[in-house]
Amino acid sequence: MTAPHPDPSVHAGPVPALSIRGLAKRFGGKIAVDGISLDVPAGSFFGIVGPNGAGKTTTLSMATGLLRPDFGTAVVHGVDVWARPLEAKKLMGILPDGVRLFDRLTGEQLVTYAGLLRGMEKDVLAARVGELLSALDLSQDAGTLVVDYSAGMTKKIALASALIHAPRLLVLDEPFESVDPVSASNIRAILDRYVASGGTVIVSSHVMDLVQRMCDHVAVVAAGRLLAAGTVDEVRAGASLEERFVQLVGGRNHTEGLEWLRTF
Amino acid sequence: MVAHLLRLKLTLLRNGLRRSPWQLVGMAFGGLYALGLVGSLVVALILLRRADPELAQTVVVLGGSAALLGWGIIPVAAAAADMTLDPARFTTSAIPMRQLLTGLALGGLIGIPGVATALVALATVWTWARGPLPAVAALVGAGVGVLSCVVLSKVVTTATASLASSRRFKDVSAIVFMIPLVLMGPIVAGVSRGVSASSGFLPELAATLSWTPLGAAWSLGGEIAAGAPVAATAKFLVAVATLGGLAWCWKLLLERALVNPPYSGSGSRKGGKLGLLGLLPPTPAGAVTARALTYWLRDPRYSGSLVVVPLLPILLVFQGSQSGDYATLALAAPLAAFLLAWSISADVSYDNTAFALHLATGVKGTDDRLGRALACLAFALPVVLVFAVGQCLFTGSWDALPGQLGLSLGILFTGLGLSSVVSARYTVAVPLPGDSPFKKPPGNVGQTLAVQFAGMGILSLLVLPEVGLFIAHLVTGNALFGWINLAVGVILGLSLFVVGVRLGGRWLDARGPELLAQLTVNR
Repeated sequence: MTAPHPDPSVHAGPVPALSIRGLAKRFGGKIAVDGISLDVPAGSFFGIVGPNGAGKTTTLSMATGLLRPDFGTAVVHGVDVWARPLEAKKLMGILPDGVRLFDRLTGEQLVTYAGLLRGMEKDVLAARVGELLSALDLSQDAGTLVVDYSAGMTKKIALASALIHAPRLLVLDEPFESVDPVSASNIRAILDRYVASGGTVIVSSHVMDLVQRMCDHVAVVAAGRLLAAGTVDEVRAGASLEERFVQLVGGRNHTEGLEWLRTF
Repeated sequence: MVAHLLRLKLTLLRNGLRRSPWQLVGMAFGGLYALGLVGSLVVALILLRRADPELAQTVVVLGGSAALLGWGIIPVAAAAADMTLDPARFTTSAIPMRQLLTGLALGGLIGIPGVATALVALATVWTWARGPLPAVAALVGAGVGVLSCVVLSKVVTTATASLASSRRFKDVSAIVFMIPLVLMGPIVAGVSRGVSASSGFLPELAATLSWTPLGAAWSLGGEIAAGAPVAATAKFLVAVATLGGLAWCWKLLLERALVNPPYSGSGSRKGGKLGLLGLLPPTPAGAVTARALTYWLRDPRYSGSLVVVPLLPILLVFQGSQSGDYATLALAAPLAAFLLAWSISADVSYDNTAFALHLATGVKGTDDRLGRALACLAFALPVVLVFAVGQCLFTGSWDALPGQLGLSLGILFTGLGLSSVVSARYTVAVPLPGDSPFKKPPGNVGQTLAVQFAGMGILSLLVLPEVGLFIAHLVTGNALFGWINLAVGVILGLSLFVVGVRLGGRWLDARGPELLAQLTVNR
């Protein structure tokens, strides 16, 4: 895998890797995202955390050009996602959550397909596909149809498809879901090196521990609103991220009641 | 507990319908179709009451045996078993086996096939209402018979669950099942001709079947009506033993299945074979073509329709042999052109949310459209040419060839162009990826019908010049019309193809996210 292009804006001035302003989306009567504004600094490892149904996936879909927002803008490295979508998508690698893959292709074919769709050169592509698959422990199953993959392998092959064109910004929705610990730490190592060389990663997750260890910036989202954002140390303010998260989001049940659970 | 299971099944059915009113419309269409079929069968059975007892017995036993056989074969062959009450989902609930079996068996009756079978079986009571005793015997027989149908289908689906959950089996069985379905007409005609030639054989067959597990239950009413209580008792024992034996088999299989869930993995294979992706030009459009062609070969939802096309001339030749006039064979090439070109009008719907990859990578709309259309053209063009030339070979009238080609190519190119526009804007309800092509698709049946009808209407308007020239050629016999048709078909067709790909591409660029949002509803 080649290193992403170093981002000149990191040195030149604070052009954020992703800047969203007032994003909002309504599905029927339900407001999924209610005006979120956020700057993701270039070169940061940015975590978005929130309870189930907080609007994380909806926000990321709107920021990456997969879902048209009702209000608001998203700008990637100075390129407006919704005004110049083809240009913006060149800068981004996206791992959407909850979408299918072209699973009647083999793993190798799927990643190659993603590269070809992005107009990559055949030779460059072949070399990268091989390296990516072995880095993600998928070489042994490169010729297996994706439909026969396990959930974790499917996640990894989708990640490979997002990485193939060496984007400047990676947007990963729940990248570690059902991935085994060994592969997860391999993926983390890849992402760490990617960030160290100037790339930007946005991950959404509801595993607080993981975000606290992995990310340098974090945003807390609940009920379609942004509750806190900043560096991990700023947001957690001395407590653990999980404690701070529960405090921000609220809704913690006090474990009184359920007496019968102790009566066997 | 049994009542709970039945209520669960009903709730699942109702909630499925509640997702969209169009689900209800779809179910209503299925119900109407079944109602027509059931209605005519019931009327026939009621009329049989006036018929000769031997004839009635033959019809009821043969029909019943066929129904039982159908319940055994169709769920597996069509890979479309009703899995709403999949026993595997009850593993952790610790339901007593007896109640689970009763609940699942009765639950199997809820739904169109179950209700239809039960109604038709109950109609046999009327057939034998020639006295109180035969009617009671027929009622008992119908009850045992219907339960045997349901339990047999459960035995077969449970026994083959591990086989059926293997993707390869599902893919192949779905395609193989397509063949008898398409050839239904010739098969039925052949069978009925054979039957009418040897009609004396049928009562004998029925008499034999009535002693076997297949027909025993259905013969009870007839035996009592014929005044043979001993035979009736013996057959009753056979029928009950059948039901008991099936239930016992099912219990054993289920007990084993509950603790050994089917393993559906497959061996891992190393890479190195890019297939068509390595062969076609490494451009976005080339990649889309390669991917689409791979799907035509690997996805049963696509390859099912590929199996149908070669059967088309067989059907038309058969029809010609019936009437002695092979004029309809001229339809083979235009019909194949239409079917294949129109088949990609649902291409994006078939992708389902996998289409997100096209959106995320920022493929240009025209590349997407062109790739899909070229993939279809890659085999549709040879098929249409072979059919057109083959038709002339068969009938020996070579002067019809230019007109044939003009019309077929016109339909093919125009259809591909129109499909490119339609699938860029509208989604239709199709079976989900990995599902059997026979499974009732989720989603908006109303929009599907509207898109299909409107699309076909527009297509027939667009190919009006070719059709007109074709008819002119037929009427006047002037070969010039044929040659003009060839020119018009190719030139007008190709222009509409280009326009369709361009327009579809522009719509896709503008509305890709909206299209994905529509697809997300049906995932």
